[in-house]
Amino acid sequence: MKVKTADTRVIKVDMMARVEGEGALYVKVKDGDVADVKLKIFEPPRLFEAFLRGRAYSEAPDITARICGICPVAYQMSAVHAMESAFGIPVEGMLRSLRRLLYCGEWIESHVLHIYMLHAPDFLGYPDAIQMAKDHPEAVKRALALKKVGNDIVNLLGGREIHPINVRVGGFYHVPTRKDFAPLLERLKWARDAAIETARWAGTLDFPDLERDYTFVALHHPDEYPFCEGRLISNRGMDIAVRDYEEHFVEEHVAHSNALHSSMKGYGAYFVGPLARYNLNYAQLSPPAKEAAALGGLNVTCANPFKSIIVRAVETVEACNEAIRIIESYEPPEQPAVKVRVRAGTGSGCTEAPRGILYHRYRVDDNGSILDARIVPPTSQNQKIIEDDLRRVVEMYIDQPDDALTLRCEQSIRNYDPCISCATHYLRLHIDRS
Amino acid sequence: MRPCGGMTGRRVDQQMKTLIVGVGNADRGDDAAGILAARRLGDAALPGAHVVEARGNAADLIALWDSAGAESVYLIDAMQSGAAPGTVRRFAAHEGPLPLLRIEGLTHGFGPVEAVELARALGMLPRRLIVIAIEGACFDAGAPVTPAVEEAAVRAAEIIRQECACNRNP
Repeated sequence: MKVKTADTRVIKVDMMARVEGEGALYVKVKDGDVADVKLKIFEPPRLFEAFLRGRAYSEAPDITARICGICPVAYQMSAVHAMESAFGIPVEGMLRSLRRLLYCGEWIESHVLHIYMLHAPDFLGYPDAIQMAKDHPEAVKRALALKKVGNDIVNLLGGREIHPINVRVGGFYHVPTRKDFAPLLERLKWARDAAIETARWAGTLDFPDLERDYTFVALHHPDEYPFCEGRLISNRGMDIAVRDYEEHFVEEHVAHSNALHSSMKGYGAYFVGPLARYNLNYAQLSPPAKEAAALGGLNVTCANPFKSIIVRAVETVEACNEAIRIIESYEPPEQPAVKVRVRAGTGSGCTEAPRGILYHRYRVDDNGSILDARIVPPTSQNQKIIEDDLRRVVEMYIDQPDDALTLRCEQSIRNYDPCISCATHYLRLHIDRS
Repeated sequence: MRPCGGMTGRRVDQQMKTLIVGVGNADRGDDAAGILAARRLGDAALPGAHVVEARGNAADLIALWDSAGAESVYLIDAMQSGAAPGTVRRFAAHEGPLPLLRIEGLTHGFGPVEAVELARALGMLPRRLIVIAIEGACFDAGAPVTPAVEEAAVRAAEIIRQECACNRNP
């Protein structure tokens, strides 16, 4: 919907398509300047933090997985790491590797869906993937086969494709045999090649010339591309333990969003997700992923948010390669989980969901009952940056007709693959009745 | 009965003639309609038929019927078309495009209708694809299934059971 007067131009998209959940876009241009930009998130609050109070520590992975059908593994991983931090339990060796493998499956599923089905139509000028498939059938078929490999990893290790049921604090309920993994290995090698081709293909797309001086935030581990562990770092010099997250980041309620807006103390808006991970962890990428980045035309850093589609392809290569490495070296652990000794305490966990860092913090009593919980998903952290990008995009394309400008704004939002259902999980609800 | 479309690798049943997919979310009111019908058919143990449940992601549905290799596929799902709750509609999707039915609770708005049309564009439709749609009234999280929809799920299952019986004994 567009409203136009002599000196005011308003662009509204009442229901965003090709994003997860229910959100809207509002842009107001007055006298040639951008007067207002809002990413409106009106999906109702889902109150998960309240649901968790009084529940057993062991239920947190499965309850929080229900926040999202796209990234349930991320919720499970952040939950188990937070609980294990509270109880002082290290989970190492092959159990740790299996967690990385499960995460590889989720990254492949999520990234491939977004690259081909949700974001590529924007670049190629199609209203949706169905129309795109008529002209680019091989690309879409490649996407379906790639995504299936990710599904099969999650299915095998998680017990089912959506909302896995095999993850527990301390490890897993059941671990596969070497034989279980055998059918996956050859398909993963094909998938790695297909993901490299995806990066090359994504690099041929036409990108708006937008680069910004972002504050990137991601996990960082000296020896591996980050999934589950590491320190939180930024390109502004921040380098903190996960347990110190709340000293550096704050959330606030804004009237137009049912998802809390996050900001970094002293810096304001910050950027999480594939582009942040890539910029802060390029050195940790495997050789095939670096090769894919080069084929996609990326340098060792990238500040163009539209090129996140290439970075997702590079991360898909990384996930395939890491999955192959883990499966080839797999020896079933003696026990599917380490023993949990419950104690009262507070624990934090932060892992890299496909869309960026996902922070969990729990306080439990000496019976392991949850006293309070806090969850900060990636999309709520990216909201301010998305709105800042929209301002710049509208300024760049202000002379375009409304339809073209609207499409460019939607494409800009989809750079972040926002998951609105995740973002509206929050606890505090402010109603202004004045 | 297998949960959530968990069919990995090659065909799980070389004798499978019919794949029946119940789509939906059992915890979102009438979105459970397809799941209820599928569970009823799973309990009936139809010869040559394999019954699965799925959440309805388009890419996953295509992968599901592509890996199953069944001659005939049934998709059962809830719909919101404005008809009376409990209305059951049958579409031969292999013969032509589906009407645009709005179905709640989909991921990225990329669900069963898009699966069918995407597969059509790619030449990946099953030889015979029947969509059974059940009109829902309430899709709220945690809500119970509307009685008319619960009864409609029984009728939908019966339609499929009879068609499977006819196909076995033409």
